[in-house]
Amino acid sequence: MSLWQKLACVILALVLCGSVAANWLAPAGYAKQYREATDAPPSRAHWLGTDEMGRDRFARVLYGTRISLLLAPAAALLSTLMAALIGGLAGYLGGIWARMAMAVTDLFLSLPWLFLLITARALMPLNVSPLISVMVTFMLLGLLGWTTAARVLCTTAASLRGSDFVRQAQAAGLPAQRLFWVHVVPNLKPVLYAQFWISIPVFILSEANLGILGLGVAEPMPSWGSLLKELEGLVSIGEEPWKFVPLILLVVVVTSFQVLLSKQEEMAA
Amino acid sequence: MRSLRWKIAGHVLALVATVLLGGLLSATLVRLAPGFDTDERELDPHLSAESVQALRDARHQDHNVFRFYFSYMKRAMTGDLGTSLALGQPVRTLLRDRAPLTLRLLAIGLALAWLLTLTLALSAAWLRLSVFDTLTTAASGTFLCIPAAVLALLSVFWNAPGALAIALIVFPHTYRYARNLLVKAYSRPHIITARAKGLGEARILFWHVVPVVTPQLLAVAGVSVSMAVGAAIPVEALCGLAGIGQLAWQAALARDLPLLVNITVLVTLVTLLANSSADVIGHVVRSQEV
Repeated sequence: MSLWQKLACVILALVLCGSVAANWLAPAGYAKQYREATDAPPSRAHWLGTDEMGRDRFARVLYGTRISLLLAPAAALLSTLMAALIGGLAGYLGGIWARMAMAVTDLFLSLPWLFLLITARALMPLNVSPLISVMVTFMLLGLLGWTTAARVLCTTAASLRGSDFVRQAQAAGLPAQRLFWVHVVPNLKPVLYAQFWISIPVFILSEANLGILGLGVAEPMPSWGSLLKELEGLVSIGEEPWKFVPLILLVVVVTSFQVLLSKQEEMAA
Repeated sequence: MRSLRWKIAGHVLALVATVLLGGLLSATLVRLAPGFDTDERELDPHLSAESVQALRDARHQDHNVFRFYFSYMKRAMTGDLGTSLALGQPVRTLLRDRAPLTLRLLAIGLALAWLLTLTLALSAAWLRLSVFDTLTTAASGTFLCIPAAVLALLSVFWNAPGALAIALIVFPHTYRYARNLLVKAYSRPHIITARAKGLGEARILFWHVVPVVTPQLLAVAGVSVSMAVGAAIPVEALCGLAGIGQLAWQAALARDLPLLVNITVLVTLVTLLANSSADVIGHVVRSQEV
């Protein structure tokens, strides 16, 4: 592990710890309104000031980070499992199954990711409780984000199907199901891990895009996307630089993931 | 020549099938979306029961996705793309009015992105200075980590054109590939030998590097069109540009089935055409080398 990767690990660990400890660091919570201090600048009471509804921005950043950082991996897990199921199985079975799976994958890949995501999310219910909006947003990311990983896994599984040890196992009369779960799946693990880690920053950024467009997590629950929506009403960067803290945090976290993933990407390629 | 014809025929076939399936997928998504069958006009107290029933009957044929899609295809053959439910205008007129802005935005955005990409990637490969390489990689990495919608917002804030936002969204993706390709090409033994023998940089570039990297760069160029089309939605929606990206955004929010199906077909067509063209041109370049 290089020095940069170690630094990225430390940053991610610190941000994760901070977000997990949000209940202790900001006990008032993300929804409490300080009506006497709306849109206030940073102070001793509110380290990052308050938003236009008088909610403490520091608390909202901590809770928003927790939601984005915990649910992006959950969505990545869902998409990786779907990719393993569709791509891995299709590659292993080969023939018509592989062709069908790749046709579906090509169909999804022919639509730009942002177009597909925004369209699909806009078609989902928008007037729902904050908790359901969180679930819908991240479920959608997981359900739509499997295609690239499925393609990689299909190719890997197809190459495993033709390998000597699989042919020997087939010749020895090993049942197809056992062969897949015991011998093929363990060999797909490195690619699965790589695809899982690669998906996390992609989903964090996608959620942020949805949030800014008003299609992400519903108010009052914060996420990086909904926090960045505040930039829409920005008057001047010099006058209110603290409004950029969520963006800076997002860039730092995604950059840390990218630094950590440089090896994983090589493995997945 | 024969293989090229087969390649083009294969691409055309795949393109038609994917475009048709893309439209069907979009129609199915809209049909299954909650609140699909609601119409605000039904709440108008001035409307009689017969008028409300007439509105419901008008939407009735859209209930069956396959029937809707089949009749849509039949009408599309004659040039009738239907009428937008939300905007009350013919889809054809809407697309015709908004297409020039989006096309201009995409063309300028992509040109800027590729200008920046090739300038920086070629400089990185030529100069082989670790400081320059680190700086450009860090710059592209930073843009890669900023959400597309934030770049759109910043372009509004700084009064920068939307095309610049598209360029900055596409650039980090293309730069990574182009830089790696060019660095790899320049580290080939025959190029190192050519340099050692004093061959001019321009000759090395046009005779030994460009032919090697062109097919792969063309493939990246095809993919970059898809990225730019995707980026056009947040850019147009947030910058208030009345293009097809903004129209797609409005259509999705209003669950406007005819409009959304047409835009999906159009987007799929554009991205597939870009990818297929890149593939066919790459094939021609490779065959000329042989």
